Amino acid sequence: MSDATAQLAETTRPEPADTPRGASSPTPSPESPLISEAERDELRRQGILLTSLEEIYNWGRSHSVWPLQFGLACCAIEMIAASMARFDIARFGSEVFRPSPRQADLLIVSGTVTKKMAPQVVRLWNQMPEPKYCIAMGACAISGGPFKQGYNVLKGIDRFLPVDIYIPGCPPRPEALLHGLMQLQQKIRGQKLTGPDAPRHLRADDPCAYPVPEFGERDLVPPQNPAVWQPPPPPVRPAS
Amino acid sequence: MNLESGISPAADRSAPALPAALPPFNPAANAQVREVHDPFHGDLLEVSMGPHHPSTHGVFRMMVTLDGEAIVKLKPVFGYLHRNHEKLGENTTYLASMPYTDRLDYLNSMTNNWAYALAVEKLAGQPVPERAEYLRVILAELTRLLNHTCLAGFLLQDTGASGTPLMYAFREREKILDLFESISGSRMMCNFQRFGGCRVDATPDWLAATQRFVDGYNEFLDEYEALITGNEILMARTQGVGVLGPELAVNAGITGPMLRACGVNYDLRKVDGYGVYPRFDFRVPLGDHGDTYDRYMIRVLEMRESLGILQQALRDLPAGPIMDPKAKIRGLKPKPGEAYGRIEGPKGEIGFYLISDGSANPYRYRVRPPSFVNLTVLEDMCLGQTVADAVIILGSVDIVLGEVDR
Amino acid sequence: MEPLVQLRERILARFPGADVTVLPNPAPVGQDSLVIGREHALAIARFLRDDPELSLDYCSNVTGVDWPQQEVIETTRVTQPDPTTGTPKVYEQKTKRLTPAFLEVVYHLYSMARQHGPVIIRLRTGNRTDQVAVPSLTPIWRACEFQEREVFDLFGVTFEGHPDLRRILMWDGFKDHPMRRDYVEPDDYEWEPTAHDDVLKKAQEHLARAEGRQP
Repeated sequence: MSDATAQLAETTRPEPADTPRGASSPTPSPESPLISEAERDELRRQGILLTSLEEIYNWGRSHSVWPLQFGLACCAIEMIAASMARFDIARFGSEVFRPSPRQADLLIVSGTVTKKMAPQVVRLWNQMPEPKYCIAMGACAISGGPFKQGYNVLKGIDRFLPVDIYIPGCPPRPEALLHGLMQLQQKIRGQKLTGPDAPRHLRADDPCAYPVPEFGERDLVPPQNPAVWQPPPPPVRPAS
Repeated sequence: MNLESGISPAADRSAPALPAALPPFNPAANAQVREVHDPFHGDLLEVSMGPHHPSTHGVFRMMVTLDGEAIVKLKPVFGYLHRNHEKLGENTTYLASMPYTDRLDYLNSMTNNWAYALAVEKLAGQPVPERAEYLRVILAELTRLLNHTCLAGFLLQDTGASGTPLMYAFREREKILDLFESISGSRMMCNFQRFGGCRVDATPDWLAATQRFVDGYNEFLDEYEALITGNEILMARTQGVGVLGPELAVNAGITGPMLRACGVNYDLRKVDGYGVYPRFDFRVPLGDHGDTYDRYMIRVLEMRESLGILQQALRDLPAGPIMDPKAKIRGLKPKPGEAYGRIEGPKGEIGFYLISDGSANPYRYRVRPPSFVNLTVLEDMCLGQTVADAVIILGSVDIVLGEVDR
Repeated sequence: MEPLVQLRERILARFPGADVTVLPNPAPVGQDSLVIGREHALAIARFLRDDPELSLDYCSNVTGVDWPQQEVIETTRVTQPDPTTGTPKVYEQKTKRLTPAFLEVVYHLYSMARQHGPVIIRLRTGNRTDQVAVPSLTPIWRACEFQEREVFDLFGVTFEGHPDLRRILMWDGFKDHPMRRDYVEPDDYEWEPTAHDDVLKKAQEHLARAEGRQP
């Protein structure tokens, strides 16, 4: 799929001769060497829409992110509140909470992930089709939060899953979730379809399934996925 | 289901799942009716509902065994949100446990706070000033409104009325959350009560806003009931479904609206008379049938009574301090001993059991979670019903997983 | 409701030879409790539920408490004549005593019919290692069913006669009982900037273990 997309992107790129130049004609930026943002805006005002396949593809994807209907703890209530009339996540195209992971694009880890729940969360992530994104909502999903010292609490879902957006708060307000969603949309819009910076779902060598931890006698086995997460080195060694 | 056993959901529905008198507890009675693999009658189907299931209200899991569509065995599986609340409570000071209690039943942080504060006050012999008691009543009744409104919305969501009733419920919830936010600074995790009083005082503006809200709430309830209560589909789905008898309910320790739906008159606001509740005039609604519809109606009626309590409390709210001047909050070290404090939370009896050994941390910190104990009879209510009914029955039990698993 | 001392007399009259003691509670709330021996626990519980005056039909709260062996230093004051002058003088004698180690299960009983309570009863195991069985009260009050499973899971008390004694909060195959006082958590901390001494200490121990030193 990636090759075909790349070819399409190449063929639909407009030729320099076709691009009408405005009177000011600013020098094109290195990101879009063919036409500048100001020129494109001017054209839009005239009713001519110029775009690349990459841009319209990402634009479409970023405004139809379907989250998985998956609530873990307190943050799930705020997630539901965000989808209700007052905050109205539908303004961002994400109101379609899908009960099945097979139909979802976004996993909002909304709450404390316990060790008993962690294998199920990883399995849900594995069942979601690419392209998929993960938002760690709330302090617990980020690091364990207030329950970090609990024996059954996973100290952050990023030990097992690649997290795209972290939303702090305990619980984050619905506005914070909306902001996180907007950040995710921005991230999706910036993704390249070709080249070495292509996202995970366009790279054949990247795994889309992550190893599911198993229950050990005292802890999860393994306690973290070393391919995703390494313990951070201490910035200052605590005096011993 | 094969032809021999026949498909007769109507016959299943009319028969209550339980005998009227409580049988002696016998696990064999709850065992599956026949072998899972039965070549003659067809196999039973074992379904794991959860922990990721759209209508289990969190990470709750039920191992359900089905004969056709009828449930013949149901075993709940807990622990997917076991956050070690009690262990953390034993490793922190008394005050530091207060924010954790917010996260127990995360819809009702105010009543959790109150139950914990009450237990510590009993342990330390701490009096509470009158204004603080009134504020606690006001906030607890607002919490009850919030919980019951959300429950009604979610119950309708479970019956398949996707979206609209929940939107109505959450519209009202946001109004209550605005009140909570303006008095405590946080929407959900209020962390408001302290040992010997409350953290901040209510301003006249806040009281006026609360009065306006309370005055308008009956109108919302009328609107909501006009939409829902007489609804034919709701009555067909809930009446006679999940019947629970009073003997079993008492024996199984069921509390809260679920108990009163069976007709047992036990409301801790009346029985214990904690706080200033004896000063208010209110009635305890009781159900007749103990089915899902009664459990829904009890909550609607309780909301009406809560509004009455709120009107009286707002009218009688005295002036004065909100904290006992001698109260010790930070570095509280109660003398050795133990205390069990309980209040009538929106979901049932929420209690805290504390043992002090004289140090700054409780030696034992135990939460008596109402929704965890209420799940004891889930299997009894679901036997003989269909899978779709099990979802509604679970919804009417009103669980919050933060409290079930702690 | 009758006081606990009187209730104890009635229980002893009904069950001669039963081991029932009143444990006073020094807290201001004064919720004293009855410590009941394991042999007669089930019969006494049934008596408490079925006695028409008590009618404790509602078991609210079941919980476990871990009491590991502790060294208690007791100070007693003794008045003795001074050996040189002969005048009486107060001496402080310090005696060391080891408390017995046991697990305890606490039941809070109320009556819905008579609307009184609580009566708190406690069952104690023999020790914390091999004699950890107490009779289950689930046949009397079904409210104990899940809560006794929780005590079994987190404290390791085995309930004889429980219909379905499995782990409830932790997963099957978990080896320890996490709510015991001497439970050691898995070492999965990373360093974090925090002001809490105990967290810093844990991080240092983790670092030392990672470097192969003795913490």
